[in-house]
Amino acid sequence: MGKKSLAAPYIVWMAGFIVIPLLFVFYYGLTDKSGAFTLENLAAIASPEKVSALLRSLKLSVLSTAICLLLAYPLAMILKGLHVKKGSFVVFLFILPMWMNFLLRTMAWQTLLDRNGVINNVLAFFHLPGINIINTQAAIVFGMVYNFLPFMVLPIYNVLIKIGDDTVEAARDLGADGVQTFFRVIFPLSMPGIVSGITMVFVPALTTFVISDLLGGGMVLLIGNVIEQEFTFTANWNLGSGLSLVLMVFILISMVLFAKYDKDGEGAAV
Amino acid sequence: MNAPLIRLDKVSKTFDGTMVLDELELSIKENEFMTLLGPSGCGKTTTLRIIGGFEKPDTGRVYFEGTDITDLAPNKRQLNTVFQKYALFSHMNIAENIAFGLKIKGKTKSYIHDKIKYALKLVNLDGYERRSVTSLSGGQQQRIAIARAIVNEPRVLLLDEPLGALDLKLRQDMQYELIRLKNELGITFIYVTHDQEEALTMSDTIVVMNQGYIQQMGTPEDIYNEPENAFVADFIGDSNIIDSLMIEDKLVEIFGVKFPCVDTGFGRNQPVDVVIRPEDVELHPEGEGRLPGVVSHIIFKGVHYEMEVMAGGFEWLVHSTVCHPVGAKVGIDVDPFNIQIMKKPESEDEEAVGVNG
Amino acid sequence: MIKFIKRFYLVIMFVFLYAPIAALMVLSFNSSKYMSRWDGFSLKWYEAMFSSELIMSALKTTLIIALLSAVISTIIGTAACIGISRMKRKPRAIVMGLNNIPMVNAEIVTGISLMLCFIAFGISLGFGTILISHITFCIPYVILSVMPKIKQTEQSTYEAALDLGASPVQAFFKVVFPDIRPGVLSGFLMAFTMSLDDFIITHFTKGAGVNTLSTLIYSEVRKGIKPSLYALSTIMFLAVLILLVIANLPKGKNRELVKEN
Repeated sequence: MGKKSLAAPYIVWMAGFIVIPLLFVFYYGLTDKSGAFTLENLAAIASPEKVSALLRSLKLSVLSTAICLLLAYPLAMILKGLHVKKGSFVVFLFILPMWMNFLLRTMAWQTLLDRNGVINNVLAFFHLPGINIINTQAAIVFGMVYNFLPFMVLPIYNVLIKIGDDTVEAARDLGADGVQTFFRVIFPLSMPGIVSGITMVFVPALTTFVISDLLGGGMVLLIGNVIEQEFTFTANWNLGSGLSLVLMVFILISMVLFAKYDKDGEGAAV
Repeated sequence: MNAPLIRLDKVSKTFDGTMVLDELELSIKENEFMTLLGPSGCGKTTTLRIIGGFEKPDTGRVYFEGTDITDLAPNKRQLNTVFQKYALFSHMNIAENIAFGLKIKGKTKSYIHDKIKYALKLVNLDGYERRSVTSLSGGQQQRIAIARAIVNEPRVLLLDEPLGALDLKLRQDMQYELIRLKNELGITFIYVTHDQEEALTMSDTIVVMNQGYIQQMGTPEDIYNEPENAFVADFIGDSNIIDSLMIEDKLVEIFGVKFPCVDTGFGRNQPVDVVIRPEDVELHPEGEGRLPGVVSHIIFKGVHYEMEVMAGGFEWLVHSTVCHPVGAKVGIDVDPFNIQIMKKPESEDEEAVGVNG
Repeated sequence: MIKFIKRFYLVIMFVFLYAPIAALMVLSFNSSKYMSRWDGFSLKWYEAMFSSELIMSALKTTLIIALLSAVISTIIGTAACIGISRMKRKPRAIVMGLNNIPMVNAEIVTGISLMLCFIAFGISLGFGTILISHITFCIPYVILSVMPKIKQTEQSTYEAALDLGASPVQAFFKVVFPDIRPGVLSGFLMAFTMSLDDFIITHFTKGAGVNTLSTLIYSEVRKGIKPSLYALSTIMFLAVLILLVIANLPKGKNRELVKEN
């Protein structure tokens, strides 16, 4: 039918602006300023400052992913339990903040958490001691959880609502109690959603430099900040590309770890 | 004989290296109800799609009234299709669905209006113009699909398992409906199905297909009463197919017992396949008949009893209105006219081609 | 009791999600420049915002880029879906794998790779490079929302249209397109909002002198939050709210949207 050719512009575009640019990252990452092959840019990750930034990134992103999962799963269960019409409205309310500009959302937390910010003002009004977490790792975790929570809720919710009542009833019919039904039927069935939620939160959290910039006040360096600075301040593209390659390895590892759960790719398409 | 309306000349088609049609030759006459019958994967739907223009044959030509239409786009052909799952346009109401082809052809409003009314009346759904597609039952959707096709006044209507998705009762009703429609419209129907009963009920001509070859072509009576090979016999209705020995003309040996028959020309002492329809097996009291047997199984089917009788080490399928309980000893006999002799295929490939066809 | 816990949990989550936005909204009407003090109601930050050439030109750039990249990526993506659906299994798997790269990869890497590529080919960074980059990361989302619809569409409805005399182009616009329209629309909307919201990739591909709202906010916030940004937040939130309500007005549509997000 000749309709296959309709994909041609797309394939050309993706080759030109996805594949070729990535090859440039590899090229820069594996060469030095004179263009000679080197592994130094990759090895640079081993320097104390960069190792600690990477470990910090891993720690904070794992922590926020875990918190997101703990908050999102019960939420998704509650949303599933709501009446269809009401449920879709509540879900709509939950994704609404996500449509607001990412920087403004992060800025909002700066406003809330600031030493003279809204929360401390409210606390002071009730004569309670203020909190002092702005420019700390805790503030960054707050920002990550806030920004990425919907990415965890939606895939889990989407998988949960596909589990039919008859499946649950069948489990009950076969003698499982509520807890058993959950752990043996609902939870395993929701695994694809959990996996895609985890990757959708973990990767941006691991690689962010904006949240750490705005809520860490430049005091908390993450691997994203290190890489960003290599491009915008020091202009050492080779080093920046090399570190990006290291980062991609971590993304790949997390993908592979989770890929085996996401067999049918159901959650990935959310 | 009139020249054929549609003629397929040595049409072959492969999909991903699998041969689906192999040099198929087929002629369809004007005003014929022809059914392509066979199991899934036999090439019947591909044949229909080649006639409809949705597939191009790898080799071979398709002729319509003598004109080569092999490379003609489907929208330029004088035929219309009723699709398996109806393929109604769900974003349009009934009237818009039926009007689709006419609007494309630029017919006037009043013409279209009249045609819609006429078509809906023809399929017994007057007054359904404004209904949405989704509000209709399967059977009604089927009728709309037919109406949508016939308002274009095609010379040929192609039907791809149109009743496959309906339940039994509805399917039977629609069979009569289709015969009535065909007679009223006076056009050619080419019908694809894997349901032999459907084929026997409606067709003027049945083409039994398997593995891309025509196994047998003929009237329903021919196909049923005189299957040309074991595949056709097995596929059309239930039958007992038995390895036998042709002793001489008009005499065959079945499980060591000689049965007179009417076939000639198979030579002497030649191995053959014998086909006996279950309703043609006569059960007599013990001691009578030619071959002794024991009833091993019986089911009441309404019109008749379906029995399995062990005789000569073979499980005979027997339909009879007389009940013989399990364990009863009986004697089997068959009328010479009801014994159908078939030459044995010499190889598997030959079996597929259909040696006698 | 369980019902109460559920309600309570929902409310807590709502507070968590909406408190920051509410705080911004309230502060946008505060006549004081300091967030620690409420000096009474005022619209002066809105005035400041609308009279700020920086903000207005960034807004204009943002909207133009969002609109253009949404339109272009929807056209390329929808055409691609039709083409891909006709492919054999293996090439299709390769193309869909390619499609996943920008979604799975870290945005910072995508941004860097595009920047390196543009510079290497001597394309000066600016409006054009932002647009190309946005189209690039929008197309996969269009494909994700159109593909399922294409798969659902029966090949036979297209064939039925041909059978009834429609040309392939007529058949596409009269029969196939109405079927996939919800997917195309939600793909368009996704692309539009992804572009609107993007910061990281724009940050690396924008060059000097051009700003979208995101990059402008970033540089402003690093200098210290100005209350005019609160006003901007409020307006943007309301704009998004109105847009979404309109987009979801036809019955049942917002459930579809939720599912396809």
